[in-house]
Amino acid sequence: MIPVRALRADVSSAVEKTGTWRTFRPTIDRARCTRCNVCWKFCPDVAITLDAEGWPVIDYEHCKGCGICEVECAPRAIAMEKE
Amino acid sequence: MARLTIPAEELMTPGHLGCPGCGATLAMRYLLKGLGPRTMLTVPACCWAVMSGPFPRTCVEVPFLDCAFEATGASIQGLRAGLDARGVKDVTVVGFAGDGGTADIGLQSLSGFLERGVDAIYVMYDNEAYMNTGVQRSGATPWGAWTTTTPEGRTKPQEKKDIMAIVAAHNVPYAATACVAFPEDLVKKVEKARGIRGPRFLHVLAPCPPGWKYAPEETIRLGRLAVDTRVFPLYEVEGGRYTITRKIGKGKPVAEYLAKQGRFGHLTEAEVAEIQRRVDARWAKLEALARTTAEVTP
Amino acid sequence: MQRMLTGNHAQSLAAKLARVQVVAAYPITPQTTIVEGIAEMVAAGEFPCEFLEVESEHSALQACISAAAVGARTYTATSSQGLLLMHELLHWASGLRMPIVMGVVNRAVAPPWSIYADHTDTVAQRDTGWIQYYCESNQEVLDTVLQAYRVAEEFRVMLPAMVMEDAFYLSHTFEPVDAPSAEEVDAFLPPLEMPYALDVDRPARFGSFMAPDAYMEARRNVADGMEASGRVIEDVEREFRERFGRDHGGALPLFACDDADAVLVVSGTAASTARHVAREMRAEGKRVGVAKLRVFRPWPVAAVRALAAKVPRLAVLDRSFTFGFGGALFQEVRNAVQSPRAGPLVRGYVAGLGGRDIVPATIRAIFDDVLAKDGPEVSWVGLQEVTEWPA
Repeated sequence: MIPVRALRADVSSAVEKTGTWRTFRPTIDRARCTRCNVCWKFCPDVAITLDAEGWPVIDYEHCKGCGICEVECAPRAIAMEKE
Repeated sequence: MARLTIPAEELMTPGHLGCPGCGATLAMRYLLKGLGPRTMLTVPACCWAVMSGPFPRTCVEVPFLDCAFEATGASIQGLRAGLDARGVKDVTVVGFAGDGGTADIGLQSLSGFLERGVDAIYVMYDNEAYMNTGVQRSGATPWGAWTTTTPEGRTKPQEKKDIMAIVAAHNVPYAATACVAFPEDLVKKVEKARGIRGPRFLHVLAPCPPGWKYAPEETIRLGRLAVDTRVFPLYEVEGGRYTITRKIGKGKPVAEYLAKQGRFGHLTEAEVAEIQRRVDARWAKLEALARTTAEVTP
Repeated sequence: MQRMLTGNHAQSLAAKLARVQVVAAYPITPQTTIVEGIAEMVAAGEFPCEFLEVESEHSALQACISAAAVGARTYTATSSQGLLLMHELLHWASGLRMPIVMGVVNRAVAPPWSIYADHTDTVAQRDTGWIQYYCESNQEVLDTVLQAYRVAEEFRVMLPAMVMEDAFYLSHTFEPVDAPSAEEVDAFLPPLEMPYALDVDRPARFGSFMAPDAYMEARRNVADGMEASGRVIEDVEREFRERFGRDHGGALPLFACDDADAVLVVSGTAASTARHVAREMRAEGKRVGVAKLRVFRPWPVAAVRALAAKVPRLAVLDRSFTFGFGGALFQEVRNAVQSPRAGPLVRGYVAGLGGRDIVPATIRAIFDDVLAKDGPEVSWVGLQEVTEWPA
């Protein structure tokens, strides 16, 4: 018998590796990156984190390759490359 | 290294099933940043009912109660009452529903929630159609837009339902529009709403790549254009006082906004001009409201 | 303490005694005085609960479900159209395992409009996973609401329950009721403990969507709760008797059935009339008995089979009509009787719809018919010949 709390869901969706959805992957050129954190701000998939020094780090396990970060990056430090 | 302009803490996880570039996921992400962890969400049928993935997954780190499609307003009220009955006073109750679930099938329970002064926040994320079921028209679909139920030859003949006017007519302490392309403004409005008691309402524009027919990387650009063409003004209504929060002198031409979206691809020049005329008229009316209600004390 | 109470005020008093924490209800005749009674007690400071006005029955039940989801004890009440409007949420309540108790005043469904006694409204909800009790006296109404909370909140049950009373015959009729004290009820009914209530310190999603790999198991889980409830209902009734000195006979209380040639299975206030007629007929030498169907869900298979084993003829009275072959009670009784050829003859009778009074003559006609050698399997009793609609 399944316990009565059967409809209580508490497993993080992070187990789903949505990175497999990608056709294009973003790459960050640190030479151009100004650590403005705009890419982190606009990622719908929470797939960009900022490390201790403020550099954006892409979580390729989850990034869907939507390209918003490339478009919003003012110094043009992000490029979308074919997977 | 630049200072963060919105709170750092994430209460939404990756791995959700949102389409690439989904505006609705940004709406939730920013909402949760403004609300913090002592929040309970209730969500009806909509894109967000499937966002987390199937049981047993959840992509938000706050309690999330599924409710019936029509009943978000009632679910909010029940959560608040249940928490109050159990002496839990410091948890914010938030309903998070789509445009169809709010302006159409959910209008009755929304009105009830507003009229009875329930102390909670209602957020309508607006992608301007029933997107979860495959892009059918809702009362919030704009005039002239293509949807599967307003296909070419009979694109939406009615104007977009003015949900903010309906909310404002209930004399609530706080209602505001926001857009995912302006996260600082959105978060600020959420934080402001948190500090107010009574029914609070947020109307958040959430562009949708498959439904609006545009490339996913354009979501933020499109959201900015919606606001800067004055198609979607950013304003607040506090107990009857209207304040435009992003003042725009001369709006960009609506054609720039419409041209980027396949759902408007069939529009003739005359129709685009008509939309421009309507946008200008609505903006003028909003400015008039702001002027005449400037002295109103909320 | 002895009080003169209507069935409706028995419901309101029971909700207060049960220390309900959240009430959300919408008015509909003849339920209105239940909620008005609660409102008065709340205003007088006697009943500390969150009393929610809502704008429809659909919202009333959603509000109760959401309040229950954070662990509050909830109550609502409705009738007829209101219950039909709640239908979607009835499934939500049982599927989420919310132990809500709802009073339902049985009233006919429209069209045409009728405010009078008829069980179609609740019989039409028999598929929704709610425990269903049908009462025949105001004492029973009060006691059953209290019992219903104990049953509903039992961990292995965790299902919502409806407690029925006939429109006007009970809802608006005063009867003497022995009202227990708050202390007595507190000893019987502890506070609600819901281990899976929503909590910011242990965030989770409650509801979800499920793929075919799990949905069936989730439903089986709910079915298991209903299955477990039958035994719990009997246990709670027994405990109620020990504490309060009375009970209402469990799921299928029997009257004069042991040596009966025919037994009438009937729910609601018509059971009182039936017992009265059975006494009269016994005095005339006719061996008839009455089995009151008090609990319709969970269906008391064992009790019905035990009755069927000792009685050659069963008449089943449905105060509802659901367009099947015979009424719902008739179908369920027949279905429980394992082998139609080996078991008793079972005939179904539809009566009392839309408030048409079930008088002694109605019952007598049913007994006479079931005792007769030949007769139709299903018939409607008290139907008048309509040769011309009224002008």
